Order: sequence, then C-alpha cells, then structure tokens
Amino acid sequence: MADARRKLDIATESGPVGGSLAHDSAAKHVAGEAVYIDDIAAPEGMLHAYLGLSTIAHGRLISLDLASVRAAPGVVAVLTAQDVPGVNDISSTHRHDEPLFATDRILFHGQPLFAVVAETREQARHAATLAEADYAEDAPVIDIAAARAAGGALVTDPLKLERGDVAEALAASPRRLKGSMAIGGQEHFYLESQIALAVPGEDEDMHVFVSTQHPSEVQHMVSAVLGVGSHAVTIEVRRMGGGFGGKETQANLFACVAAVAARGLKRPVKLRPDRDDDMAITGKRHDFVCDYEIGFDEDGRIHAVDATYAARCGWNADLSGPVTDRALFHMDNCYFYPAVRARSEPLFTNTCSNTAFRGFGGPQGMVGAERFIEEVAYATGLDPLEVRKRNFYGEPGRDVTPYHQTVEDNIAGHVIAELERRCDYQARRAAIREANAKSAIIKRGIALTPVKFGISFTATWFNQAGALVHVYTDGTVALNHGGTEMGQGLYIKVAQVVAQAFGIGLEQVKITATTTGKVPNTSATAASSGSDLNGMAALDACETIKKRLTEFAAKHWQERPEDIAFLQGRVRIGTREIAFRELVQAAHIARIQLSATGFYATPKIHWDRKAGRGHPFYYFAYGAAAAEVAIDTLTGEYKVERVDILHDCGQSLNPAIDKGQIEGGFVQGMGWLTTEELVWDEKGRLSTHAPSTYKIPVASDRPRIFNVELLENAPNREPTIHRSKAVGEPPLMLAISVLHALSDAVASVGDYRVCPRLDAPATPERVLDAVERVRAGVAS
Amino acid sequence: MRKTLRFLLGDEPVEIDACNPTLTVLDWLRLERRMTGSKEGCAEGDCGACTVVVGHLDRGLLRYEAINACIRFLPTLDGCQLLTVEHLKAEDGGLHPVQQAMVECHGSQCGFCTPGFVMSLLALRLNETEPSIGRIEDALAGNLCRCTGYEPIIAAGRRMDEIAPPETDPFLKQRVATAAKLSALQDSKTLALEGQGRRFYAPATLSALAELVAAHPQATLVAGATDVGLWVTKGMKRLDPVIYLGRVEELRAISDEGEHLRFGAMATHVDVREAAAGLSPQLDELMRRFGGEQVRNAGTIGGNIANGSPIGDLPPALIALDATLLLARRVDGGEIERRALPLESFFLDYRKQDRRPGEFVEAVLVPKLPDGALFHVSKVSKRFDEDISAVCGAFRLRLGPDGRVSEARLAYGGMAGIPKRAKAAEAALISQPWGEEAVAAAISALPRDFTPLDDMRASAQYRLRIAGNLLRRFLIETTQADTQTRVAGLLAEAAHG
Repeated sequence: MADARRKLDIATESGPVGGSLAHDSAAKHVAGEAVYIDDIAAPEGMLHAYLGLSTIAHGRLISLDLASVRAAPGVVAVLTAQDVPGVNDISSTHRHDEPLFATDRILFHGQPLFAVVAETREQARHAATLAEADYAEDAPVIDIAAARAAGGALVTDPLKLERGDVAEALAASPRRLKGSMAIGGQEHFYLESQIALAVPGEDEDMHVFVSTQHPSEVQHMVSAVLGVGSHAVTIEVRRMGGGFGGKETQANLFACVAAVAARGLKRPVKLRPDRDDDMAITGKRHDFVCDYEIGFDEDGRIHAVDATYAARCGWNADLSGPVTDRALFHMDNCYFYPAVRARSEPLFTNTCSNTAFRGFGGPQGMVGAERFIEEVAYATGLDPLEVRKRNFYGEPGRDVTPYHQTVEDNIAGHVIAELERRCDYQARRAAIREANAKSAIIKRGIALTPVKFGISFTATWFNQAGALVHVYTDGTVALNHGGTEMGQGLYIKVAQVVAQAFGIGLEQVKITATTTGKVPNTSATAASSGSDLNGMAALDACETIKKRLTEFAAKHWQERPEDIAFLQGRVRIGTREIAFRELVQAAHIARIQLSATGFYATPKIHWDRKAGRGHPFYYFAYGAAAAEVAIDTLTGEYKVERVDILHDCGQSLNPAIDKGQIEGGFVQGMGWLTTEELVWDEKGRLSTHAPSTYKIPVASDRPRIFNVELLENAPNREPTIHRSKAVGEPPLMLAISVLHALSDAVASVGDYRVCPRLDAPATPERVLDAVERVRAGVAS
Repeated sequence: MRKTLRFLLGDEPVEIDACNPTLTVLDWLRLERRMTGSKEGCAEGDCGACTVVVGHLDRGLLRYEAINACIRFLPTLDGCQLLTVEHLKAEDGGLHPVQQAMVECHGSQCGFCTPGFVMSLLALRLNETEPSIGRIEDALAGNLCRCTGYEPIIAAGRRMDEIAPPETDPFLKQRVATAAKLSALQDSKTLALEGQGRRFYAPATLSALAELVAAHPQATLVAGATDVGLWVTKGMKRLDPVIYLGRVEELRAISDEGEHLRFGAMATHVDVREAAAGLSPQLDELMRRFGGEQVRNAGTIGGNIANGSPIGDLPPALIALDATLLLARRVDGGEIERRALPLESFFLDYRKQDRRPGEFVEAVLVPKLPDGALFHVSKVSKRFDEDISAVCGAFRLRLGPDGRVSEARLAYGGMAGIPKRAKAAEAALISQPWGEEAVAAAISALPRDFTPLDDMRASAQYRLRIAGNLLRRFLIETTQADTQTRVAGLLAEAAHG
C-alpha cells in the first residue's frame, strides 16, 4: 500500500492513464453482445420465480389462500416465509425490520407476500395474480406531513449537527426569516430492472448472478436466508444495466428469493420483476421537507442557519440513516455558516423503503442550502450569485463545516469565477432581464450554482477495497476487484491503471466479472468511490508483483533495482530493454509468484456520529453550472436552453468517461428537479409506476447548448489514484442550477422582488403556481 | 386462408405454423430465437430498449421503420423484414457505421438502452440524409437513456453518416433484392394462425376484414398495438380472437378529396403527420410530439380514435376540425354498409364509443381549414416529448367580416372522460369580437363545461387553468404575431427564426 502511494506522482511516460478511451464494453454494447443477467444462456432445468405482492399499504394479513396459485398451469412451487430455511429477514442494517416475505404486518403497498415458481416467467407472473389475501386494513401513513401528524415515528436514529450557539446568533442577526421547502424523490429508472439468477451447486453451494452494486452484501443476505455460511455463496455480476444506487441494497430481495427457490427445488431459478412491479417494490430517492430559519445581514452574509431535514423513509430503515446524515453533511454546500444547527428526521411511512440514489441525500441537503442563499438574495435584493460568493468558505475562522471538518481544499471560489467568466454570466443576466421586460409571455432565467461534495463513505469502515491481479506467462493480465460496473466506466479506469503500472497495452488486460469468490468482503460500489478505492487496490497488487519482478530482474541481470523501470511497452533493465512478456517468462522459470492481491483503505477519515464531529470526508469534489431557461407564464412549460459546466475531476483518469458522468449526472439531476414526479394515491399505491407516467428526460430535454469542461490543472491535493477525483455523484447536483434558473425566470413576473420559493420537482404545474404566487405577492 | 406466418429475419426466411396471437416480437427474439441483443426495459413501448427495425412494402417500395418489439405481436410481421441489432455487424465483424459512431462518441455507458438507440439511429439513417439535430431528437424521442444525458448519442447521430454515407449502407444496397423477397411473401389470402388455443386473423382485403369482424364481433381489433400491446404485457389479457388490420392496403391510404383529407384508419401517425402538416403547422407540431418515433410508426389514426382514450392526442384536434368518422360493417348479403358520424358523437362516455357489433373504423375525413379560419392546437404535458397530455386544447374559429366570432369549435382532451367540446365556452365567444373580453368570458365559462380530475399528470385546478390559458395563447398567437408564446418545438423554433 505504501509503495503504491509513493509511486503515484512519478509520471514516467504517457500511458493509458489520462486517455479518453472508450468504455471497455462499448463495442459489445452497440452490437447487443454485452451479456446482462437476463441474457445468460439458461442453465438446464431453469425455472422462473415471480413475487406476489400485498394490495394494501398498511394492516395485517389475516389469511393468504394460495390454492389457485398452486393450481395454475406450469406452477412448480409456491414459497412463503415458512419456506425460508434461514432467517426471514434481509435488513441491511441488521435491525430486522425487513422480512423477505410478510408474515403478519403489511407495511406498504407492494410488499412481497410469497413467490411462485413456474416453468415459464409468463406462467409464474400470471399465477402470482391468483392469490386471495384477506387483510385487516389500517389507514396508511403516506407522506411527511402525515407521518409528522401521526407522531413522527422514525425508522432510525436522527442526526444533529451543531456548531456555535444558533439561538443566540439568530437573535443577534440583523435580519432573519423562516421558510420551508419540499424536495421530491426520484425513481432510479435503471434501464435494466432488478434481476437475479440462482444456480444451486453441490453441498450447500449457491451461485447467484445478480444485478447488484454490492455483491458482498447480497452474499451475506443469501447466506442468512439459506442458513449457510458465506463461504457457500458466490455472487457474480459482470455488469449492470444501470444502478444509480438503486442496486445497492435493493437487489437483495430478488437474489434471496431466487436463492431460496433454487435451494428448495434444486434447480436454477431466475427472478425478474416487470418494470411496474420493480417500481412499486423498490425504494427510491428520499423526498424531503426542509424547514429553515436563517439569520443574515443587509450585505447578504449569513449569520446563522437552523434547519430540519425530514425525509420520507418508507417502511424500514434500509440506508435512510446514512442518507439523511449525508443530507445534513451537504446543508452547507460551499457556504460557511457562523452558527448552525441541522437536524434530520428520518420518518417512517407506509411506502416503499427509500434508499441510495446518486448523491445519497447530499443533493437534497444542497438544494436546501441553495434555497437559503436564494432567500437571502431576494430579502436583500442582491444577485444570488453575489450572495453565494459572500458566503463561501474561506480563510481560517471561516473554514469549518457544521460537522467540524476543516475545508482544506476549497476551490469553489476559483471554479465559480472561472465559469462566470467563461459563460459570460453577467452580460447574459443583464440581457435576459432586458429581454424579459419586453416579452409578455415567455420569460427567461439564469442561475449559476456551485457544488462541493464530500468524498468517502460516512460509514468509515466502508472505505476499503481489494483487488486480485494475475499475470500470465504470456504477459497478459487478468484483473479483478471488488467494484462493480454499472456503466460508469469503473472497469476501464482500473484497467488503465493496471496497464499503465505494467507498461502494457490495454488489450493485454482482461477485465473480469466482479465476484465474491475472487475478492471478498468488499464495499458497495457507491459514494462515487469506485475508482478511488479499487484503482488503488489494483495498483497495490500491481506494485507487489512489480516489486517481485524488479527484485528478480536485478538479481537475474545483475543490475541495481533502481535501474529497472516499467516503461510503456517494455521494461528497462539497466541499459537493456526487454518486453514485459520476456521478463514475466524468465521470472516464472525462476519460480517468482506472478499473482497478487491488493488492498486499500482510505487514510485520514474518522467520524463520531454521536458527537456530530469528525473528518468524514477524505476530500471534496467541486463544480459549477450555469443554466439558462425559458418558461411559459401561461402554462408553466419550460425549456432548458443552455448549460455551461466546469467540473473538478482532479487529474482525470479518463476525460471521456468523466465527461460522460458529468453530462449524464447533470441530466439525471435535471430530471429529478423538473419532470420526474412521484405520486402516491390516498391508498398508498404508487401512481407513477412506469415510464408512461414517470417522466425522465428524453433527448430533446437536454440543453441544446451544453458546454461541459473539466477543470484544468487541478490535481487532487490528496494522493488519490493518479491524483484523480471521484466523479460519479457530484455532477448530479450541478442541475440545481436549473431549478434556480427556473426560479429566476419566475421571479421576473414580480420584478425580482419576491422569492418564488419554487419547490422540486418544478413541474410545469409548480412553475405556473409559482408564477401566480409571485404575481399575487407583488400585488399584495 | 393461409395458415403459415412468413417473414424475413434479416435475410433468413422464417415460417411459423402455430403461434400465440399475442406473442411479442421481443419475447420471440429473446426466448425462442435466443437473440438477446434487444432488451426489455419497460414492456410498454415507452423506453425503446427493445427497438427493432421493420422493413415493409408500402405501395411496392421497401420502407424501414423503428418499432417497439415489446408490444408488437409477432404475427403482425407477416410479409415484413425484421432487423435487430444482431444484423448490423459486417461479415468480417466490423461495426456498422451507426455502431461505430456510437463507440467513437462515447454513446454508451451501461449499454442496456444502447441496442435500441442503435436501431432507432439505423432507421433514421435509412430514411433521411443529413438529419438536423431536431430530427435526431425526434427520431430518438422514444428511447430513454438514464446514463449519458443524450449528448453523445446525438453526436453519434451526426457522426454516423460521416463514417460512411447512407447510400453505401448495406441495407440500402440490398433494398431491391429485399423488396423482391418481400414481394414474394405478399398475397391476398387471410392469414389465419392458431397457438395456445387462441386465434389470429390478418385479412388482406377490406371485404375479408368485414367478414371476419362480422363473424367474430367480440374479436379484438388490432391496429398498431401501441395500446392493445399493454393489455397483454401489463394486463396479462389473453385475447382471442385477434384480428389484425395492418395487411389491408385500402385502410392505409391517405387521399386529398378536395374539401377534406381522407385518412384510412390504418394510416400511421408518421403518415398522418406528413399529410396533416399541410393543413396547419400546429397540427404538424402536435403530431411531432405524438408518442415516440416507434409509436408514431406503429400507431394509427383509427386506433387512436377507436380506443376511446380521454387523453388521445388526435381526437381534440380532429373534433375542432369537425372531422367525420366513417364506420363500416358487413351486412347480410355480403355488402359493406357504411355509417358516417361527426367524430365528437363517437365518444359516448369514458372508454365507451358508438361502435356497433361488427363495425370497424374505416376512415376519418378531415376538412381543410376554411379560408380565414383560425386554428390552434396545444398539448401540455409534464415532459415535452413522448408524454401524454395533461390537457390538449384544439380550437377552430371563424370570424365574420365584422371581426366577430361566427363559429367556435373548442375541443379538449384530458378535461373529461372523453375528448369533448367546451360548449359553454364556445357560446361565450359567439358573436363577440375576437379579443380579451371574449376570451375572458369563455374562460369563466369553462368550469361549466368541465369538472376535470386530479391525477398523476396534473391537478384539476391546473387543468382548468391551462384550459383557459390556452385560449389566451390562441388569442395572442392570432392577434400579436411578434409575441413569443412557445418555449420548445417547431413553433418555438419558427418564432426564433
């Protein structure tokens, strides 16, 4: 490990690291040859499982008559909680609040009651509709307001962050205001829905192919429901058709049901829910209500913030604890609050159990922060961008976060100033205001917002990774690590690191499927950490092998170890240069081990949740976006016309892949804040359970003018893998600029005197509401 | 009667003697042929991951179109060529220009939607040269990608023809040969298939269709299956028998009959758009936003009317234009009896239409706009493209020489259980000068016309407000040419110059 880090800054020659290489599977993607779980050739005798779901949101299951299900054509077996050989629980937090199959209490509409296994998926799916369940129905608690009204039961312990005396600071502030903001949830809409294929082996062995971001956790869950040791369970995933956090814990259910069925029937079993069922069953991004009080002065400087972030968590804890924690960790965004108090309220509701989603609560926390800024801007009449600048973290005394971590790597000011210049913000803002005065119906708006996102799992022990690297005697390399590929380009990035380390071509590195059988005890591929952790672990393995090879070569060719270098395409040994393959072959003859594991644990981080203090983040990733929109004040319809982004990827491992993350994250965030609206009816049924009713962005929604740049000359201050920065999540929050541009456009109808308080998602309906509210506010 | 389904899978002739009438093309590909390149993302025709290209003869010419394999029934491919992502690579393993462009532009991340995008781009390439960005966006409106943000895919759409010009495309070079092969598969016999105890009929003539509908009045009539497909994939309905209308050439025809355009019931939305664009740019824009490209290629004007949806996009516009519906049925003696009725009287109640046993929709007659008539269509939805209306408003006005409203037809979708005229609002306009005052009166009359619902698309309150504001938009667009009123789409782009 130490070796790996020391080598980082030695740029020998240009190699694959830093190159804009295509995704490793690109040629397979476009040919339909990339294999997803549902594409795996069916093992002999494979059966199909399907889930039977509750049709009420809250109550008790009085009886469950499955006779018709059993009698349906093709049905081989029906499974309920009684058929689970181990524990009937898949709670990832070990709170035992997530039964695999409900036995008595029904806590949400769509809760799995049983599974039916049949010869074909169609048969199983049809049979699952034939169950007759008798319920004693109770009134469901659907949303945050209802949960609070019902007593505010929590699914997990809340968090409080506090610095300074907030009450005193608020009292001493020249001005103060209170407000509330609703921030919507979001369906992941990974294109590949959840899926698992369980193949029983000899003894108690179970091999599960599952679309998951967290193979090790699936392994633990499967071993628990089967009542076997983890060593009997192997989880494998080559790629996911999208994850976005939706397959961090949510794949557990499907893998466990498939495994229980496969164990009972001694046949392979596949389980793939229909899209509508997937959307009804699985958790989503948490929606929040943020209640805030802000103390500030006429210069737009914030003196104090007191905020509560209440979240709809759903029927069990799942990841709601760390998600709501991360919301609080980002309630500052780039801004220093001299006194601050932030509290989370992770509320129980009778809805699907909300879970990880790109940004993991951070986006909601940050949307709150930007609302605080906006409030102060409208209260003082300043440009929101100016208010942002006046409240940035800065010199000592203004550099400590609400969780008492000092911001050491702050470049927000630089990023903002640079983008402001590059996108010509000031001139465009003035032009828009002038044009709005002459345009009766269509109004334009512009906003430039920054992002500061903390990198590291706040569960400190998650920040570790392993890798396994084999060098074969022909000089080719098999690479395996604990990170999973969901489209983000992790595999190619780590392969670039390995190819560079050995000085070989990428075609000599075979990227192999993630499996618990090769690298054990891994963390979820989440928190943007994939490349940081697995890149370092893989490099560590490479360095171990290189050290052995170097020692061997020094001895074999009688040179000093420092005169041996792994260059691109060859190895220099003293004055001679030989091919990597030649060295490897010679080493093998000399009985040198050509395989190694690698390991990495993120340094520096610690976190005391009880005290609300620590250094939970290794570093921060920064970015800024400027969005320009047009709204229609008759209908609330809008169009994002132009977006400029400057984003900090450190020293990018692969600029093309990183740009893809930025653009894709931005558009996904834009969807979250605009057209993606989750609606539950009064019975607790999700009304928006398919793409026909749940609207993620399409091609024409992306801004026609979309200038995306990576911040130049910005190596990570910390010695991360080749000084790169994590990029998976932070760009999503660049889309907050769209919400604020819409708000700016809305504000024009009140001559920018009234804060529109535009909540999210800003559907056309909400935009029109805000237009009318602002008009009324000016009139009154 | 012919008892064998025949089509081309790539170049390979396929013959099937027994087939479940509602087996989807996607399930057949993935489960029976083990061709797993096409993906299931939603099974309802909204995400496009299953997109395949279908070649069919249109008046003798081979025409390629992207469609959703997840809601298309296999037997409806009779006489067609089916192309999937597996057919694109060259024999030497080289990537097709569309594929190559997607790789070069970093157009895939997770890759799951990618085969669908590739096929949508292929269809675009086979039909159009140098498509504009707007056209690429339209061609991809029915393909969802959750990873890339679309920018690199649009770039691939620009790039593909640079890699190799479309005329060098293997599919176009083989066009004549393929057309000949398909031609050999055409006949005028009714295709009659059975599978899993259920029946499928695809007549090739109007009289055979009329006979079948008369003989099976309970049959499900299938046009583009963009709605019926969901009865199967989501509702798990077992339809029997199924009568498919797509082989009846007469039903596809569109003709200009002087005073009006005549649209055969099976005219697809792309064809309707092409013909209707001449009537009004407003109609052109409405049709541009109809579903995604795959749905526009499959869905038909007759299907959009006959399914009786309260939120179908076409009926409000057609009602405002005073369209006439032609229904046909076979009567005793074998004659075909026709019934014409104003389209608005076809819709009786929620999902209930005035269609008699044995009747089918044969055509829609759409009057051209009278000289001086004012016409407007607005569709308001959460997402601009590929979404269902919260409210769709379509208005036709005629003004007398005194500038007063002499005729008003205001039709709305999304405001009631059926597409419906706003009679009270119309009355408020009649005889009034076309201006602010009249519009205000019409708006205050709207609550007498409609009591809309709250649902996941919009609140009742918003619907009513929009219904009124669309009249304001209409007024502004017809009286203040310089005022910008649209934020997106063709009309906005036209206004921008």
